[in-house]
Amino acid sequence: MSAVPAQGYLILALILFCIGLFGALTKRNTIIVLISIELMLNAVNLNLVAFSKYGIHPNITGQVFSLFSITIAAAEAAVGIAILLALYRNRRSVQINEMDTLKH
Amino acid sequence: MSGEIIAFVLLSAASVIGALAMLYVSKVVHMLLSLVLTFFSLAGIYVLLSAEFVAVVQVLIYSGAISIMMIFGIMLTKHHDQEKHPQNIGRSLLAGGGVIVFFAAVYGAIRKVPFGEQATGLHEANTEQIGIKIFSYYVIPFEVVSVILLAALVGAVVLAKREGDDQS
Repeated sequence: MSAVPAQGYLILALILFCIGLFGALTKRNTIIVLISIELMLNAVNLNLVAFSKYGIHPNITGQVFSLFSITIAAAEAAVGIAILLALYRNRRSVQINEMDTLKH
Repeated sequence: MSGEIIAFVLLSAASVIGALAMLYVSKVVHMLLSLVLTFFSLAGIYVLLSAEFVAVVQVLIYSGAISIMMIFGIMLTKHHDQEKHPQNIGRSLLAGGGVIVFFAAVYGAIRKVPFGEQATGLHEANTEQIGIKIFSYYVIPFEVVSVILLAALVGAVVLAKREGDDQS
């Protein structure tokens, strides 16, 4: 019989999400911002899988949805890296506070 | 104290340590490698939640593909970058305060979530159950996801391609 309470998984996911949010808001390097967003998506996946085992109606659907969201995250990372490379070719920088063309 | 609790504590400590190291290490490559530790320990936690297939997909996609792609991104841009500790203290404090407020709000919600019985049959032929579910209930989302992947593939190639030879 399991002894880990389901709240433990949810709190772990919450901690990871908060760390990812803080990193995405404060880091200067765009690649690190992208990978912080991946960390936040990962925390959400952990929630989906935890509810697929401990939810009100536990079944396999949570795992299926986490597979879908992993796929979308991979597509997002690919497009993000491509945009980053195009920006680097034009601006010679990956610092996020220098990408302010739309402000002027 | 059962083995599951010990495994959960070790794996969650490893994942939180990896994520915190991402915040406080100065070199960009080291930040990425510490997040690989987080991704691996999350795969272990998926195994604890009897989601073996998702755990293997996590290792393949996150620890493999996405990390390698981010490493290529670092390599193709300025890879000697060192993150200096934030000059903008006010902004970090503001973001940290917002994150703490968010944490408190969601934590208050988590404490009140009602939970039912835990599922018992998830680990028996896990991959087979997922396959049956996807191909009998979620066929159309599956096809839409394949179209999204194709669009992302084409879009990434178009965006990262050099724009003509006129500037070389």
